[in-house]
Amino acid sequence: MIEAGLYNYWVVIVLMMTGLYVVMAKGNLLKKVIGLNMFQVSVIMFYISMGKVEGGTAPVLSEDYTVYTNPIPHVLMLTAIVVGVATTAVALALIVRIHEIYGTIEEDDILEQEHPEYLAEEAA
Amino acid sequence: MSGHPADPHGAVHWIEHLPILIVAAPLLAAPICVVLRRARAAWTLAMAVTWGAFATAIHILSRVSAEGSFSYEVGNWAPPLGIELRFGFFNALVLVIVTGISAVVLSSAPGSLREIPRERQYLFYATFLLCMTGLMGITSAGDAFNVFVFLEISALSGYALIAQGGTPRALTSAFRYLVMGTVGGTFFLIGVGMLYMVTGTLNMADMAERLAAADASRTALIALAAIVVGLGIKTALVPLHSWLPDAYTFAPAMVTAFIAATATKVAYYALATFVFRIFGREMAFERLGLAHVLLPLSLIAMFVASAVAIFAKDVKRMLAFSSLAQVGYMVLGLALCNKSGLTGGIVHLFNHAVTKSALFLALAGIALRLGSTRLEDLRGIGKRMPLTSFAFVLGGLSLIGVPLTVGFVSKWYLVLGAFESGNTAIAVLILLSSLLAVVYIWRVVEVAYFSEPPEGAEPVKEAPWSVLVPTWVLIGAVIYFGISTQATAAVAERAAELLMMGQL
Repeated sequence: MIEAGLYNYWVVIVLMMTGLYVVMAKGNLLKKVIGLNMFQVSVIMFYISMGKVEGGTAPVLSEDYTVYTNPIPHVLMLTAIVVGVATTAVALALIVRIHEIYGTIEEDDILEQEHPEYLAEEAA
Repeated sequence: MSGHPADPHGAVHWIEHLPILIVAAPLLAAPICVVLRRARAAWTLAMAVTWGAFATAIHILSRVSAEGSFSYEVGNWAPPLGIELRFGFFNALVLVIVTGISAVVLSSAPGSLREIPRERQYLFYATFLLCMTGLMGITSAGDAFNVFVFLEISALSGYALIAQGGTPRALTSAFRYLVMGTVGGTFFLIGVGMLYMVTGTLNMADMAERLAAADASRTALIALAAIVVGLGIKTALVPLHSWLPDAYTFAPAMVTAFIAATATKVAYYALATFVFRIFGREMAFERLGLAHVLLPLSLIAMFVASAVAIFAKDVKRMLAFSSLAQVGYMVLGLALCNKSGLTGGIVHLFNHAVTKSALFLALAGIALRLGSTRLEDLRGIGKRMPLTSFAFVLGGLSLIGVPLTVGFVSKWYLVLGAFESGNTAIAVLILLSSLLAVVYIWRVVEVAYFSEPPEGAEPVKEAPWSVLVPTWVLIGAVIYFGISTQATAAVAERAAELLMMGQL
């Protein structure tokens, strides 16, 4: 069962790196937020995986079971989900305002508007 | 399963419960500010809460000095199962700084907050209080996951505060800070998760004990790496600093004075506690070789950031880059890993917070009258706004590290620490990098005092009293603690001594 146990962690790492890559590589602010969400979700999966006890059942006390899955990581992740939602909300609010003012949510176009003199020098 | 609440009929001494109020009061006051809806009422409430928190922080510090570190059991549930707030010399000192600066800076709000229309200012005060809740929480939490939650509370409200700057670029810099900050917070969360994997506990004291008993596995080392990266972003350690210069430059002037003095300092506190208290000196410095990473990075920060500050065209931006250099000094103190160095780092945390908030507040006064903080617009400001300009000069002297200002005290300890570690080159580098500060502060002095005001310039008045008085209170602290060094240095020394032994 070792491979099956590690399978989760491979998914976590792939998700995490994909998210981080999207944050860094994509110029669209909305895509950056999506990347950020993937990054956060990978951590949620990481916590849930580590809380799993082999053969354990849901942590509800019952006479029929003796092995339970660790509930603490689940509880922690409820908070992390809330944090993720709040971050996304603030990010989206900022994007809406940025779009109102700059008329674009592409980072290159925003930079062009912020540093016109710099780009003109570079072109010359 | 869990501990039982203590006898509910026991006598309740309200003073015993002050420590939790330092976190809970701002949290509860924030929604009340939203309900009040009037700027003046919301400000009065926020003032009452922040000054109350300052008094509480002083009470905590005096209690720690009298009876050593103590713990507050939230909801009367005993740790390690219950959540505790833990207070020692280090975090009591950080609490005093953060609450003190918040209180003084907030006092200037009615006069300096011109970026936000008056009818929406109540929302600003609510956000300010939330940010303070987060900072208080990080500093007093005895539970690793609580640190994450409070870290995100302070960061989220911080993004909102910075976005209020009034210029379009305030929005984009807040967004960049959000992306960097969230990545940092998530890295921290990964680290805490791995620590939980190794130790099976979230209580920090418990974690340290079990980590020392267990063999330092690779998981623990990766946890340390993730936490250092995560908190490194929040502390704005070069090269993870790219969010800071823009965020400080485009935030409302008062917010910059607040955030610059508190957010990075609290993150530094968290970094130092995780490295020394939870992982311990041996694991962090001998097994992972943290000094090999942090030492060069802090030296780069000291020189490169100061050099960039010299060429900044905007004084606010100059001070932002100077902040990066000062973070370099603080991290250098940590990386030296001896008592004097760590004392220097902790004292510098206090000193830089006071100095930088005074400087940014003086700059807020200038921005209020001139509508700009660009260097070329500051010509002749020394004659036009003498009190504000002189406050700026005194703050600048402290930034350089001139004797009789607080800046000297921290550099003194850092140089001592460098000698103690047997590395004379670092001591020389500390002194050399101070010369760079002379250059950028001198550029402002030259423009302010030795050039004529632009022709046809409208006459400007001195900054309003509501800004001038808080600025001079902070400058007073810069001078007072620079002359009477025992108050801060003794606490910092004791904190460093305990931290070296892995205690708070």
